[in-house]
Amino acid sequence: MEAVVDELPVILGAFWLTVKLTVVSGVISLVWGIVLAAMRVSPLPVLRAAGAVYVNVLRNTPLTLIIVFCGLGLGTVMSVQFSRDDLSLNSFWLSIIGLSAYTSAFVCEVVRSGINTVPLGQAEAARAIGLTFLQTLRLVILPQAVRTVIAPLGSLLNALVKNTTVAAAIGVMEAALRMKNLFDAHGDAIIPIFLGFAAGFVVLTLPLNLLSGRLARRLAVVR
Amino acid sequence: MTEISGSDPLVRLEGVNKHFGPLHVLRDIDLSVGRGEVVVVIGPSGSGKSTLCRVINRLETIDTGTIVFDGRELPAEGRALARLRSEVGMVFQSFNLFSHKTILENVTLGPTRVRKVARQQAEQRGMELLERVGIATQASKYPAQLSGGQQQRAAIARALAMDPKMILFDEPTSALDPEMVQEVLDVMTGLAKDGMTMMVVTHEMGFARRAANRIVFMADGQIVEEGSPSEFFTQPSTERARDFLSKILTH
Repeated sequence: MEAVVDELPVILGAFWLTVKLTVVSGVISLVWGIVLAAMRVSPLPVLRAAGAVYVNVLRNTPLTLIIVFCGLGLGTVMSVQFSRDDLSLNSFWLSIIGLSAYTSAFVCEVVRSGINTVPLGQAEAARAIGLTFLQTLRLVILPQAVRTVIAPLGSLLNALVKNTTVAAAIGVMEAALRMKNLFDAHGDAIIPIFLGFAAGFVVLTLPLNLLSGRLARRLAVVR
Repeated sequence: MTEISGSDPLVRLEGVNKHFGPLHVLRDIDLSVGRGEVVVVIGPSGSGKSTLCRVINRLETIDTGTIVFDGRELPAEGRALARLRSEVGMVFQSFNLFSHKTILENVTLGPTRVRKVARQQAEQRGMELLERVGIATQASKYPAQLSGGQQQRAAIARALAMDPKMILFDEPTSALDPEMVQEVLDVMTGLAKDGMTMMVVTHEMGFARRAANRIVFMADGQIVEEGSPSEFFTQPSTERARDFLSKILTH
């Protein structure tokens, strides 16, 4: 137990990195996922096809492969760099690319299912007053669609919190990798350290679930 | 045929055909609607009345033929089509008010986003229109909190907010409880009196007699007969129309 207390600043630092990974890739996934959903319902066959290919490829590839590709493929082979001298910053952003690319595919499908719950008449009424396709989507369809899928989006965010641990694969010193390092340093305190980290994740995810449940009820669209 | 204002109709359909798969829903439709004219379209269900209404603002595309609105052929898509639609109001059977917006927001969305009217000005005009249709006190409520009749009147106000050259009514009272039909018809009758160009698909024969300049009777995707309400209801010239009228006017 002392090991946990002694290493608390290190543990909190690692979780702070987990939070940063979650928030940044969460925001990017949400925006990019909504754009993908818009592509998949657009009247242009090219955009629909591109969206469908993207979603099906990313959704059906293991996250570990995507993150490793971002680290080695983008980072090492294609020399995508975010910082010349700070290697950890580099792998931080490369892992965010991977996490966002992956999570956005799921966001797209959740948002698209939300779009399907909006009655066709809403879009017809929007078009009938002269709104363009994008205005119809932005002002009428998406606000209703997103409100109906807040709970499933919350689950995706919850999964994302835990998926950030895969960034360990390319050396991002987030909670999981830090835990492994602490195991090496404190071989006698593996169970307490493990429990400490597990509790840390629960502290992050539980409020998220409560919040999304409450938001979903508050923002529900009454028909 | 009663042409209200001269030789330049607001809408002219020529040789319009439309299929839904194997179903031929509009067959060689020729029809003009004059400026200020109120045309009521009646006929048995499945006769293509609603589709006729919906092709005029291109919510449905047509296979062949031409539709000219206000001197120009209907644009196929894009901004030009959006602009055309902003000039043609539409009132739906199921109201289709935007569920996530208040009644006033429903009425101001078009003016602010399509016409770029300032919010304050749009809200002032919106309240005037809600006053006109008798639901100003409901302005800050959401559609689901209103009765069907109130929702449909809000939908009419939403259409009016765009200052349309014409309003299409697609069975506006068919989804209403009987006691709410009259309040909606009253608003529509008022519009007709004020000179709004209207095409109304309806089963309300009382309204058709009272407010229509011309009745168009459709069956099986064709215009079977058209004429003034007094002619049509007292001495229809086709067997099909006589048969239809005998079925709906006896009960």
